[in-house]
Formats: sequence, C-alpha cells, structure tokens
Amino acid sequence: MNSQNIMFVILAVIMVLSSIATVATKSIIRAATYLLFVLLGTAGMYFLMGYTFLGAVQTMVYAGGIIVLYVFAILLTEGAKNDAVKSKVKDASWGLVLTLVGFLTFIGVLFKQNLFEHVAALGAPTEPAGAAAHNSIDEVGHFMLSTGDGGYLLPFEAVSVLLLACIVAGLLIARKR
Amino acid sequence: MIQIEYILIISAVMMFAGIFGFLTRRSTLAVLLSIELMLNSADLNFAVFNRMLYPDGHEGYFFTLFAIAIAAAESAIAIAIMINIYRVLKNISVDKLEKMKW
Amino acid sequence: MEYTLLILLLPFFSFLVLGICGKWLSHKTAGLIGTCVLGVVAILSYATAYEYFTMPRMVDGAFETLTPYNFTWLPFFNENLHFDMGIMLDPISVMMLIVISTVSLMVHIYSFGYMHGERGFQRYYAYLSLFTMSMLGLVVATNIFQMYMFWELVGVSSYLLIGFYYQSPAAIAASKKAFIVTRFADMFFLIGILIYGYYCGSFGFDFDAAGFAAGGFMLPTALTLMFVGGAGKSAMFPLHIWLPDAMEGPTPVSALIHAATMVVAGVFQVARLFPLWIEYAPNTLSIVAWVGAFTAFYAAAVACAQSDIKRVLAFSTISQIAFMMVALGVCTEITTGHEHHGSLGYMASMFHLFTHAMFKALLFLGAGCIIHAVHSNEMSAMGGLRKYMPITHITFLIACLAISGIPPFSGFFSKDEILTACFAYSPFMGWIMTAIAAMTAFYMFRLYYGIFWGTENKELHAHHTPHEAPLTMTIPLIFLALVTCVAGFIPFGHFVSADTMAYDIHLDWGVAGTSIVIAVVAIALATYIYKGERQPVAEAVAEKLQNLHRWAYKRFYMDEVYQYVTHRIIFAHISKPIAWFDRHVVDGFFNFLAWGSNALAYQIRGLQSGAVQKYAYVFFIGILVLLAILVAAI
Repeated sequence: MNSQNIMFVILAVIMVLSSIATVATKSIIRAATYLLFVLLGTAGMYFLMGYTFLGAVQTMVYAGGIIVLYVFAILLTEGAKNDAVKSKVKDASWGLVLTLVGFLTFIGVLFKQNLFEHVAALGAPTEPAGAAAHNSIDEVGHFMLSTGDGGYLLPFEAVSVLLLACIVAGLLIARKR
Repeated sequence: MIQIEYILIISAVMMFAGIFGFLTRRSTLAVLLSIELMLNSADLNFAVFNRMLYPDGHEGYFFTLFAIAIAAAESAIAIAIMINIYRVLKNISVDKLEKMKW
Repeated sequence: MEYTLLILLLPFFSFLVLGICGKWLSHKTAGLIGTCVLGVVAILSYATAYEYFTMPRMVDGAFETLTPYNFTWLPFFNENLHFDMGIMLDPISVMMLIVISTVSLMVHIYSFGYMHGERGFQRYYAYLSLFTMSMLGLVVATNIFQMYMFWELVGVSSYLLIGFYYQSPAAIAASKKAFIVTRFADMFFLIGILIYGYYCGSFGFDFDAAGFAAGGFMLPTALTLMFVGGAGKSAMFPLHIWLPDAMEGPTPVSALIHAATMVVAGVFQVARLFPLWIEYAPNTLSIVAWVGAFTAFYAAAVACAQSDIKRVLAFSTISQIAFMMVALGVCTEITTGHEHHGSLGYMASMFHLFTHAMFKALLFLGAGCIIHAVHSNEMSAMGGLRKYMPITHITFLIACLAISGIPPFSGFFSKDEILTACFAYSPFMGWIMTAIAAMTAFYMFRLYYGIFWGTENKELHAHHTPHEAPLTMTIPLIFLALVTCVAGFIPFGHFVSADTMAYDIHLDWGVAGTSIVIAVVAIALATYIYKGERQPVAEAVAEKLQNLHRWAYKRFYMDEVYQYVTHRIIFAHISKPIAWFDRHVVDGFFNFLAWGSNALAYQIRGLQSGAVQKYAYVFFIGILVLLAILVAAI
C-alpha cells in the first residue's frame, strides 16, 4: 500500500461522509461547512490525479470563493434564525427511497457490466507514462489562448463575457431599491 | 491501485446525496448547496474520465475548468436572487416560492 | 326603375346609423335623420308608383310585372330551387309601397311631438327605420322565401317596438306575447313554404302549373298553412290575442305597425298568392272567408264593450282586417271585365287595405294626441275634449265617418265594394258583413262620443287642462284626414285588380244604400245612447245584459282560454316532462362530463404546483424509469 493509496482512502472517506452530512444536517451553516470539505476533497482528488492546476482552481474558486459566498448568503438570510430547516418526514422518506433506488441501480450497472475492464488503474505499472505531467500550467495557458485544433480561446472569451454579465446582473438583482 | 470504479463510486455518492438534498431540503440555500454537490460530482467525473480513459487528451480537463467558472457565475446570480427574495418574503423556504410560477 | 333599390337601402342605412351612432346624436338630429330618409323613401315610392302606373300596359291590357333586381342569394344543388333576393313591382306591391311610406312618414313626423323628450328617442327612430325597411322588403319580395325573411324581420321590429318601454312589465309581457304568438303562426307559414317549394320546385311567384298538378292536394295544404301564418300576423281569430296587448307600445307605433301596415301583411300574402288560391284551392279559399267573417264579428262585438280607447281601436283593426280577408275569401275567379265578376273582392280588399291604412293611422294618431293630452288610455278620463282639441276632434270625426262607411269618405267606397263582393258570394255572407259594418259604426261613435262629448272629467282636468297637440302632431293628422276625404275617388280598379286589367268601379246602389242607412242608424243609436252628459241607456243596457257585457269586456275570455291551454295542458303535461328530461338527463350528462374533467383537472393541477421540488421528483422518477428501461435493454 503506497502513500497514493492511503491518501485516496482518506480522501474517499472524507468525501463520502461529508457529502452525506451536507444533505443530512439540519443546520444550513453546517451543511455549507461539510460542502467545503467535499470540495476540498475533490481538489485533493485532482491533485492525486496529477491535475494540479485544476486542484488549485477548485480550491480557490470553489472552496475559497463560492463557499464564502454561500456563508455570507446564509448569514444574510436565515442563518441568523437557528431553527433552520425541518424537512417533512414523508418528503424525506420518498426522496430517500428514490435516491437509494437510483444509487443501487448505478452501482449495479457499474459492477455488473464491467464497463472499464481494460482501463489501467491510477498508479499501476500499465499506466501510460507522463500522463500526469501532461497538463501543466504553461500547457494549459497555451491551450486557453490558442485557436484551431485543441484551442479554447472562444470558450475562454465566452466565459469571461459570462462572468462580466454575471457581475453586472448580481449587482442589479441584489441592489437595494 | 486506484481503479476508475472507486472514484466513480465516490462521485455517485456525491451525486445522489445532492439529488436527495435537492428533493428534500426546504431551504432554498440548502437546495443550492445540493446543486453544487451534483455539479462537483459531474466535474470530478469529467476529470477522471480524461485522466484514466484518455490520458493524452485534455477535453475533460478543460470542461471541468469551465464548469467551475460557470458554477461560480451561477451561484453568484442565484445568491443575489435569494437575497432579493428574502428581502420581499422574509423567508426563503422553497414551498413559499410557489408564486414564482406566475 | 333602378332607384327602387334605394327604397330598401335608405331605411336600412338610417337604421344602422341611428342604431350604432344614436348614442352620440341629439334627439333632434336622430329624428331628423330618420324623418328625412323616410321623406326621400316616400318620394321615391311616389315616383315609382307614378312611373309604374303611367307605363304603357301590355297588349292584353294587363300591367307588366317588373323585377328591377333579382339575384340568387342561396343556391341549392337543385338548379331550380334557390332563394332569391330582389325587388318585384306589380300593382299591389306598388300600392303597398305608397301606403307604407306614406303612413311611415306621417308617423315619423308625428313621433317628433309624441315622443318628445322620451328616453331612447334615437333607439325609437332606429326601430322605426328597421320596421319600414323590412315592411318594404316584404311587399317587394320576388319570392316567397324573401317574403318570409322580411316577414320575420317585421315581426322582430314589431317586438322591439311593442317592448319599447322596456321598464314597464306590461310592455315586456305584451311584446313577448306578440312575438310568441306570431312566431307560432309563422312556423306554419314556414312549413307551408317548404311544402310549396318541394312540390313547385321553386319559391318564386311565377307559377309552374305542371308542378302543381303533380302536387295534388298538398298545394291547398301548403296554402292553408301559409294562411295560418298570415292569420297570425293579421290577428285573425284565434291568433288575434297579441294585437290588443300590442297597444302597450308607443301610440305612433300602434298606428304604423298594428293598424296600417304590418297587420295587413297577412292580407297581402293571401293577395300575393291569390292566383294560386283561385286556381288550385278555391274551396279552401272559403275557409279564409269564414275565418275572416267570424273574426270580424267577434272583434266588433268585443270593441263595443272596451273602455281603453286603444283597445277599441285595436279590435276595430282586427275587425277591419277581417273584412279584407273576407273580401279575398269570397272571390271565385280571377278574370275581371264583366260586371259582378267573381274577382271583385280582390280589388275591394286591396282598396280597403289602402283606405283603411290611412284612416286607421289617422284614428290612432288622433288617439295618440288625446292620450298625450289627458295622460290616460281610459275613456273615463276623457269626455268633452272637443273644446280643447279642435283639430284632433275634426280629424277624428272624419276618420270615424270613414270607417263607418259614410260617403264621401274613403271607407264608404272600399267597404261598399267588399259588401258587394260578399253579396255576390252569398246573401247570407253579405248580410252578416253589413251587420258587422253597422256594429263598426256603432262602436266607433261610442268611442267618439266618449272622448269628445259627454261629461268632462273635472277632477282630472283641474290641475292640467288638456290642450291641442303641437304642430308636428297635427300636421300628419290633417294630411291623413285630407287623404281620407279624397281617397275614395281614386279609380282604384284602374290600378289594382285580380288580373291587373283596368276596370271601372260601379257602385251597387242597392248595397250602398243599405249600408249607408244601416250605418246612419247605428250612428244615431250611438248618438242617442252616448252623446248625453249621462248615459242612462248605456248603463241600463249594460245592467240588463250584464253577462254579455262582461263577456265582451273580457274579450270572451279568449286570453284565459289560451292561458288554460298553455299553462295547464301544454306546460304542465308536455313541457314539464321534457324540461325534466332536459334538466336531468341531457344537462346531467354534460354536468357529469364537466364534473369529470373538473375532477381530473384537480388531480392534474397538483403537478403544476409551482413547487420546484415536486417537479424535481417527477424529473428524477422519469430518469429512473429511463434508467430501468436501459438496464432492462442491456
């Protein structure tokens, strides 16, 4: 058992438990906190896969930006009241049943069908060499700003326009009238 | 040895937890958190498929990157809307938002 | 004669203008529009008549029948059978044009004064225009179906005008009664038209002998059914019950519609189909005669006992129209030419229609002046009015003399022709009609004395002295009185006769003398009984014949009979079960459908709650189902 595997197990446990805790907890501020753990775990997964830039982005944008935004929103709205949320029992049970059915079907399909029989495991000897180092930051930068095959300039610009629109819209919607 | 199925199971747990939360939580902000959960699981899947099925490609990588950006945009707008609704209704319970259908 | 189309279109446009824009017009403007249009129509009608009657006759001496307009309005698969719309001019329709436009013009002018300041003045003129248009369309119809359509339009405008004071329950009831009774009769008319069209293969008036021969006895049936329709419009017994109640409408309307024009539509219809009657149903024609005779007698008897002056005039109208019907009914042939020919009645009927329209309109307009002055319809509120209303008095007297058959007024000539025709048919009929003519003279002078002589109702006049009507109301009176004085000298036989040949009217002095003597006696009797300040004789007679008087006053309980038949028999035993069936089975079925879809909708409505999470549930279940299908497929 190498360190990669140990790290994976730790991350997996954290992510699974935090995911369930996110939707199971009654207090919404705790839910946001658990979500933060899930997102950090995901970032860890990216690191584990060798996608360091992606992991960094995940940490900065998601964990650092969005969750902070949520916490602010919660505190601005109903986080102040601590009675938070009481789910209706009937609703929760039906949701639980449907969710479990979906999950079990998914797991069943995943293992019964042997979809990924010939896929190499992460860190296995058969893994293609240099795959992890393939997406370094400078390469990502090149892809981002290049056109033609394998270039992402257009989506990049589109997202920047989207973010601009988003800033304006956020100001417009949330401003005091 | 980390098989691809293991990571897929983790993302499946995240996804179905998100679905459960979306279906059952009454606070709109909790519903949004569940959506983030689902989005995150999808991002993870993209990255994993890229990394393990097509190690030489980078499409999944970039998809995840853009999805994160768009998720940020989406939650910013959603939260702005929530705050606005809270100002009007003093409540952001999902059941109370039924008037939105008109 | 292209301009004849304007005769129909002008009143129609004036109806549209007044009906749609009336709200924004002042009373004066609205009245002026209506009246001016009618004036133009009247001038055009006179021009038409002049041109038509001065036209050279055909070789055999008959008038040509002109159709300036005729187009196929509604064709069927069968090429022969189609509904046409058009204008047909022949002597009787031209004569009717004159009558209608004259009386209508007079009524328009008169209404200026009579309806002054009434609410809905514009509406009133709009209705008058509508009526005039439909009546003119009726008489110039080129085929029986067009006639029927305008016939119904006439009925509608009559309904609207009777119910003009729609805030008065009596007027509403009267308008409904008139509409329902005439509609009921019109149903027979329609059936008759359909039978006629089926056997004749055409709705036109140009008769196809071959078709009729094949029709056999169906043709008299069709004619009889059409006569029932005519009887409804012309208030023949037992369909007369609507006419007395129709007097709830404004008095000028009564003059125009319920005395001079619309009620003679039935007579006109029989006259229009006269060649058919004579040729194919001569025996059935006698039914017309006897129905007419009975109606004339019945109405005259009732008129003797009524106290409401408009009711008296209404019954006298019924009686006089019945005279025209009798005159048509007693005809036995269509050729003219020789003296005492069997088609004299046709000419007499049309002549009487003409003169009667004038003097009866005069009587009604006079009655309108009186009602205007004393604000009551009851004879007890009148009396001694001759000092206050000289013009009304004189004109009313002229009309009374005309209707009683005193020469030289117009009624004498036409009534004399009718009596001659009746005597030619059978002496029995002749004497009956003479007796009824005497009753006519009696009740008309009873009315006259009751209004203008006798004791004044001091109590009523104390705070409001009756006064002569304004000029707009007296001018039509004077005009109609002049017409009544001279109309008798028109050589009517030159213009209108059964086969449109010209012939001279010969006064049969035997008949004429008898009728004059009888009329004078009746008038003298009325003078004796009713002229004085008090009326001991009248009261004594009413006392003696208490039952008869009450029966006549109650119109021989005809309305009660109708009430009984409709309410106790038809409504209770036929309509009620049908209504039950309708309400519980037919409506029930549809209520069930409505209830079912409502319940279903309530169920479905839950899905469209607007609650996002419910949508998410449905969405997610859908995904699971798709997933299950895919798994099963693998």
